[in-house]
Amino acid sequence: MMKYHPLNELLKARIREFLREPETIFWVYVFPVLIAIGLGIAFSNRPVNRVFVDIQEHVIAEDIAANLKQDSVFIVAIHTESECKERLRLGKSLVVVIPGEGFTYLFDPTRPESVLARQSVDDALQRAAGRRDAVLTMDRHVTEPGTRYIDFLIPGLLGMNLLAGSLWGVGYYVVDIRVKKLLKRLIATPMKRVHFLIASIGGRMIFMIPEIIVILGAGVLFFKVPIRGSIFSILILSFLGAFSFTGVGLLVACRARKLETVSGLMNLIMLPMYLLSGVFFPPERFPGIMQIPIQALPLTQFNYALRALILDGMSLASQGWRLGIILAWGGISFLLTLRWFRWN
Amino acid sequence: MKPLSHAELAISCRDLRKQYKGSGEVVYAVNGLDLEIRSGECFGLLGPNGAGKTTTIEIFEGLLSPSSGDVEVLGMYWGENDNELRQKIGISLQETRFPEKLKVLETLELFRSFYREGRRPEDVMETVGLTEKAGSLVGKLSGGQRQRLAVACALVGNPRLLFLDEPTTGLDPQSRRKLWDVIRRFREEGRAVLLTTHYMEEAERLCDRVAIIDHGEIIAVGSPVELIAGLGGEHIVEFSMNNGADIPVDVLEDLPAVLEVRADGNGISLTVSEPHIAIPALIQSLQSHERSLSRLTTRHASLEDVFVNLTGRHLRDDEISSS
Repeated sequence: MMKYHPLNELLKARIREFLREPETIFWVYVFPVLIAIGLGIAFSNRPVNRVFVDIQEHVIAEDIAANLKQDSVFIVAIHTESECKERLRLGKSLVVVIPGEGFTYLFDPTRPESVLARQSVDDALQRAAGRRDAVLTMDRHVTEPGTRYIDFLIPGLLGMNLLAGSLWGVGYYVVDIRVKKLLKRLIATPMKRVHFLIASIGGRMIFMIPEIIVILGAGVLFFKVPIRGSIFSILILSFLGAFSFTGVGLLVACRARKLETVSGLMNLIMLPMYLLSGVFFPPERFPGIMQIPIQALPLTQFNYALRALILDGMSLASQGWRLGIILAWGGISFLLTLRWFRWN
Repeated sequence: MKPLSHAELAISCRDLRKQYKGSGEVVYAVNGLDLEIRSGECFGLLGPNGAGKTTTIEIFEGLLSPSSGDVEVLGMYWGENDNELRQKIGISLQETRFPEKLKVLETLELFRSFYREGRRPEDVMETVGLTEKAGSLVGKLSGGQRQRLAVACALVGNPRLLFLDEPTTGLDPQSRRKLWDVIRRFREEGRAVLLTTHYMEEAERLCDRVAIIDHGEIIAVGSPVELIAGLGGEHIVEFSMNNGADIPVDVLEDLPAVLEVRADGNGISLTVSEPHIAIPALIQSLQSHERSLSRLTTRHASLEDVFVNLTGRHLRDDEISSS
């Protein structure tokens, strides 16, 4: 019986270092909850959108303003031509109404809010001018748990956090101890290199468990996000996801000799995924041509699978091919890491 | 020197070379080194910064592979018995920053876990005098304590051969002496130590034999006493004259008991066999040339003088001579 097993000692060292670093605890556990709460409040307590409309100075400007003001959604202001353009450019208004022969709408067609604003302003002005709607329409608002934005957001944030935590927790750590020549010192001992890699990944897997509990817990506690799938399946999925992201983290750290290099590489990997992989909004929003690369990203598939489990109560088995894509990223990254890793 | 059997050798290398491709041209960090280090001796690699000391020691440690040449460590070869070799050597690198958030004892337990057989971490702490720091975070240790921790990590695997790269650089005299004691005790148990240093005093007091390295080549090897005796005279007389005056070198060379004359910084340095003959003769000669002394010191010759004698340069960067 060996009193000190290398795997055990390496893992203990990782956990001790982690727990003795208050900053890490903040960024890994507190920060994502703050984001979730912040975004949740920002998006869930705003049922009525306010539409900022400017009207260019004109003899009938006041009349137009009076018509629009009948609906409290519109925040109306009258300004000179140059002021109107300036305010539109700065985003203080979404659309400018220019009276003349009929109305001209000045807006940025690439801003979704501006397009919507133009639509509602036009509707209101046409109705005020006497247009009758041909069909009776009604609105019904979705506010039930499971279908709101916050329900979409919480699994996305968990996915994002697992990716970031895995990349930083392994990639940054490895380069840091390489810079400090500790890695060189370790390989000068009879330590098995695979033990080192396993302990790095294992440590990360352990730190991940509170992460899942804290983020999902905040969702359930503050926003009543429903957890419809089995907790066990969600844990297994998170493990597999984090494991794959860890592989990517090791690959990124494989050759880097400087912290700046590895930080840059990690941002290069994380930022596109934050944007494209359905953290804050569904990836379907992007045009068709981009769907192939987007669907190939591990975080995209992880987020789909996590939402299916949490919100739709699906089983892990039903997410088979998504797991396949996620694990392929991890597997290939590990193989390349073993091949390219700079120990010295 | 009579050839030694392999059992008596801790390290031997033949025609060891390590080349790097610099900007366009090939640079030899180690250029044809032959060396034999015996079991039970403390061997010092001496030389200025950039001489190839660290490259040499890292090749012996299995951290670098040589461009050419044979290296045998404890009767084994890198690339064949790597794990076995690593079980039997202890290493302290020039700069290792151990995890700051681990405690001293935890760090030693971590390193102990890598070795099949080793010493108790508590015993090693006792050896290097860190017992009362067992529960301190590494980040809170002083430079000397960190260096002793590095040596403790090298000892915890109970090695037969200890490599120490610049173990005392930047340490205060007290910490340095403590480390010397640790190294002496290790060697007294019949095990070998290879250390690099650019402190001459350290090499003279600690090492059984030294090799002086310059530009990747060995320029002298032997015990400190032998090397100093090789200068011919064991005393150095240094003097300078008022108003920066000069005196012809051949006048000094003709003085009795003077073996060598060298302009050195802001004065002149004489290697002499018998100071009690050379100094009166020097003073008389200066008087007859109407020169007056502003400074006169005598000391025993050191390894520093051996190096200066061989290369015309000083070992330490901050003591550049103007010859």
